Amino acid sequence: MKPMLTVDDLRVSFPTRTGLIEAVRGVSFTLGRERLGIVGESGSGKSQTGRAIMGLTPAHARISASKLNFDGTDLLTAPAKVRRSLRGSRIAMILQDPKYSLNPVMSIGRQIVETLRTHENVGKREARDRAIAMLEAVQIRDAGRVFDLHPHEVSGGMGQRAMIAMMLIAGPELLIADEPTSALDVTVQLDVLRILDKLVAERGMGLIFISHDLRLVSSFCDRVIVMYAGRIVEEIAAGDLANAKHPYTQGLLNCMPTLGTDRHPLPVLDRKPEWAA
Amino acid sequence: MSEISHPAPMSRREWLMSDRPQSRLQARLGRAYMTWRRFSANRLAVAGLGIILLLILVAVFADALAPHSPVIGNLAGARLLPPGSEGYLLGTDDQGRDILSRLLHGSRLTLLVIVLVAIIAAPIGLLVGAVSGYAGGWVDAVLMRITDIFLAFPKLVLALAFVAAMGPGIQNAIIAIAITSWPPYARIARAETLTVRNSDYIAAVRLMGASPFRIVLRHVMPMCVSSLIVRVTLDMAGIILTAAGLGFLGLGAQPPLPEWGAMIAAGRRFILDQWWVATMPGIAILVVSLGFNLLGDGLRDALDPRESGQ
Amino acid sequence: MTLPETTQLAGRRRARANGWAGNALRFLVIIVTTYLGLLAVTFFIGRVIPIDPVLAILGDRAPAHVVERTRELLGFNKPLYQQFYIYVRDALTGNFGTSVLTTNPVMADIRRVFPATLELATFGTIIGSLIGVPLGVLAAVKRGSIADQIVRVIGLVGYSVPIFWLALLSLLLFYARLKWVAFPGRIDIVYEYSFTPVTGLYLIDSAWQGQWDVFRDVFRHIILPASLLGYFSLAYISRMTRSFMLNELAQEYIVAARAKGLSESRIIWVHALRNAAVPLVTVIALSYAGLLEGSVLTETVFAWPGLGLYITNSLQNADMNAVLGGTIVIGSVFIAINILSDLLYRTLDPRTRAR
Repeated sequence: MKPMLTVDDLRVSFPTRTGLIEAVRGVSFTLGRERLGIVGESGSGKSQTGRAIMGLTPAHARISASKLNFDGTDLLTAPAKVRRSLRGSRIAMILQDPKYSLNPVMSIGRQIVETLRTHENVGKREARDRAIAMLEAVQIRDAGRVFDLHPHEVSGGMGQRAMIAMMLIAGPELLIADEPTSALDVTVQLDVLRILDKLVAERGMGLIFISHDLRLVSSFCDRVIVMYAGRIVEEIAAGDLANAKHPYTQGLLNCMPTLGTDRHPLPVLDRKPEWAA
Repeated sequence: MSEISHPAPMSRREWLMSDRPQSRLQARLGRAYMTWRRFSANRLAVAGLGIILLLILVAVFADALAPHSPVIGNLAGARLLPPGSEGYLLGTDDQGRDILSRLLHGSRLTLLVIVLVAIIAAPIGLLVGAVSGYAGGWVDAVLMRITDIFLAFPKLVLALAFVAAMGPGIQNAIIAIAITSWPPYARIARAETLTVRNSDYIAAVRLMGASPFRIVLRHVMPMCVSSLIVRVTLDMAGIILTAAGLGFLGLGAQPPLPEWGAMIAAGRRFILDQWWVATMPGIAILVVSLGFNLLGDGLRDALDPRESGQ
Repeated sequence: MTLPETTQLAGRRRARANGWAGNALRFLVIIVTTYLGLLAVTFFIGRVIPIDPVLAILGDRAPAHVVERTRELLGFNKPLYQQFYIYVRDALTGNFGTSVLTTNPVMADIRRVFPATLELATFGTIIGSLIGVPLGVLAAVKRGSIADQIVRVIGLVGYSVPIFWLALLSLLLFYARLKWVAFPGRIDIVYEYSFTPVTGLYLIDSAWQGQWDVFRDVFRHIILPASLLGYFSLAYISRMTRSFMLNELAQEYIVAARAKGLSESRIIWVHALRNAAVPLVTVIALSYAGLLEGSVLTETVFAWPGLGLYITNSLQNADMNAVLGGTIVIGSVFIAINILSDLLYRTLDPRTRAR
C-alpha cells in the first residue's frame, strides 16, 4: 500500500534569545490508513511533530525535512493557500481541551458549519442539517439544541465531541489527535475514545494519536512511536510492546503500577543523556 | 550527577546570575541585574530613562544652565524675538523673557508636581488597597465602593472644580490632582494583596503572632510596591498633562512662575505671528511625558515579563 | 488627557452567579451610591471648602445686605446635613441653582450647550474607533514589525502630547496657513440665523433639513477638533486593541480555527476580533467618556460652545454653581456610560449573558 503521509528527517526549531531550541530533531515515519500512536513526555516534540504536519508551526519557528509528503503533495513547498485548503478538508486536528479550543463567543453549530462551508459550497439549510447529523454521529443527543449552545454551556466531554464533529464534518482522510482526552474526566475519556475509534474505523481515516499515555495508545493504535527529546527512540507494533528494546520505552511501561504485586521501590523513569544525542 | 563542579573563580556576571545565591544581598542584586538586563534591552525605555534623568539634572542645575532670568525680561529690546536670535536660543516672549531660561526653570515646577502627587497619592492608594484586601468583608466592600465612586468621576473636571473652590495656585493644583489619582493605586494594591493574603508565608507570620497592622505594613505592602511603581510611572505623563492643563486654564501656577502649561496659554495670543512662544513649552511637555511613558512601558515589561508579549 | 479607569461598576466577575433580580439590585445600589458620592464631593467642593460659599457664589463685591438675604434664601444658615439633604433633592430634580454669569438656571444653560459637546465627542470617538481598532489589529498581527512600531509611536505620542497645545498648532497649520478648515466656532455667522437646529446636533440637523451648504460649513468647523479628540481616543483604543488581540491570537481556539482551514483574515477579523470586542467595548466607552472630559481643554481652544467651554468660562468668573452643575452632569454621563458599557459587555459575551 502506498503511504498517505511520508515524513523524513523532520526538524523543527525555535530561535530564542538564548539560542536555538530544537523541538523536533530528525523524525521520520510513514503512515497509511492506519492508527499510529506518538508517545512521549511533555517537551519530547510529539505535539510539534503533529503541528508541523498540519502546517501550524508558529511563524518564527524554523522547519525543515528531506521529505514531508501528503498524498502526492509536498507540504514543505506547497503554497500557503494549498496547505490551507488541505487543513480541515483532508487533514484535521483535534486539540486537547475543548474549554480553550472552541471559540467562546460562537455557537457550537456555527463553528461546525464554518468548517463545512469553508471547504464545500453548500447552502445554509443543508450545512445546518449536516452539522446536526454530524453532532448525532458523535452521539450527542438532542443535537438540534446543542447546535445553538455556546461552548461554555456544555460539559467537557460534550465539548470534545463537538470538536470532533467540527473537525470531521468535511471528511478528512487524516486525523491528528493531540492528547484528545487528557483534559477530560476519566469517566468520559473512554466514551470519547470509543466515538473517535468508531468514526475512524467507519470512515477509513488515517490517525495519528499523540499522547503521553503509552498504555492508552497501545490499546488504541496499530503502531507506536516513542519520542524522547525530539527524536524517535523506538518504533514498534502495539501488540509487540512487551518486547520493547529501548530502555526508555521499558521505563515508560514499568512506570505503571500493577495490581496485586508489591513493587518496592516503584521504578523511576530513567533519562540518559545519550538517548538524546 | 555525582560530579561536583570545581570551584572556579566566578566573573561578576556569573556571581549575579547564580542559581544558588549565597546571601540575600546576592539574590537581590541578581534579580535587580536580570531586571536591568531586560529593561536595558529595550532601547526606547532607556531613552525614556535618559529623558527623566536629564529632567532631574536640568531642574537641579537650572540656575547655572539658564542664560537669563526666568521672570525678569528685557522689555525694551528683546520682545518676541524669534528662535535663534542672538543670546536667545529659543526666542523670547511678549515680556522679553528668554524662553529657554523659562523652560529650564519650569522643569522644577514639573518635577515638584509629579513628586508631590506621587508622594501623596501612592501611599494613600497603597494603604487603602492593602487594608481593603487584607481585611476583606465589609471593610473591603466599603473601601472599594468609595474607590469605585472616585474612579467613576471625571478626573480633570473634578480637579478643576477643586481648584476653583480652593483658589488657583500650584499647591492647590497638586492637591487636586493627588485627590483624583489615588483610586487606581488602591485597586492595584488590593489585587496584589489578595494574591499574597492566603499564601503560606503570611500564615507563618501570623502564627508567629504578628499583629494585622504589622502584617499589612511589613509583609503585604512591600509586595505591592513594584507593580505600584510601574503604575505610578505610567501615570506621571497623565499627571504632567493634567497639571499643564490646569496651568493652561490659569488655575495652576500663577504668573510670573514659568510653568509650561501657563506659558502655552500666554503664548496663545501670538500663535499666528509668533508661533514659538506657545510651541516651545509644548515640546517640553511632550518630551517629558513621552519620557515617562517610555520608562513606564519599559519598567512594566522588565518587571512583568508576562505582559511584554515576548 | 487622562482616561477613566475600568470601574466594573457592576462587578461583572462576581455578578455571574446571581440571578437577574440580584443583578438589577446590585446595579441599583451601585448607581445610587455612586451618584450620592458624586453629589457629596461636589457639595463638599461648593459648600465646605470655600470659607464663605455665599461670597463664592456672589463674588466679594456684593453688598452686605444682599449677602445676608442670599444666605437665607439659599438656606446656608441651616446645619450642614440639612443643606446636603436640600442639595441632593435639588440636584435630583435638575436644579443646580442660577448661573451668576448668564443669570439663567444652570440646568437651562447646560441643556443648551451640551449637544455641542455630545456631537464633538461622538464624532471624535467614531474617528478614533474607526482608525484605532484596525491599527491595533494590524499592530498585533504584525507584531514586532515596522508597522507595529509606528502604531506604537503614534499611540505613545497621543498619550504624551498636551491636547490644548496640539489644538493650537493644528489651528495654526490647518486654519491660518493652509485654510483647509473654518475659523474656531461651531458654525459660520452667515448661517447663525438661517439655520434652526432641532436636536442641537448640527451635522444631523442640517442633513435632515437638506441644508447641505450648512452641513458643509458645520463639517468644516467640527472636523479639526473632532480629529484631535479622535487622535486621543485612537491612541488609547489602538493600544488596547493590540493587547487584547495579542491575547486572543495566542489562544487555542485560534489554532483550532487554523486547523479548520480558515483564511487568516477570517481568523483575525471574525474569530479573534469578535472575542477581543468584548473588552474593547468597555475601552471605547471609557474613551468616549474621556473625550467628554477632554472637551474641557479642546473647546477652549476652538471656541466650541459646549459644556467644556461653559465650565471654563464659569471657572474664570468664579461662577461655582455653573462649575459644579457642569461637573455633576459630566459625572452623571460617566456613570451612565459605565453602566451602558457594562450592559453591552454582558450582551456581547455569551458567558455572562443572562439566560
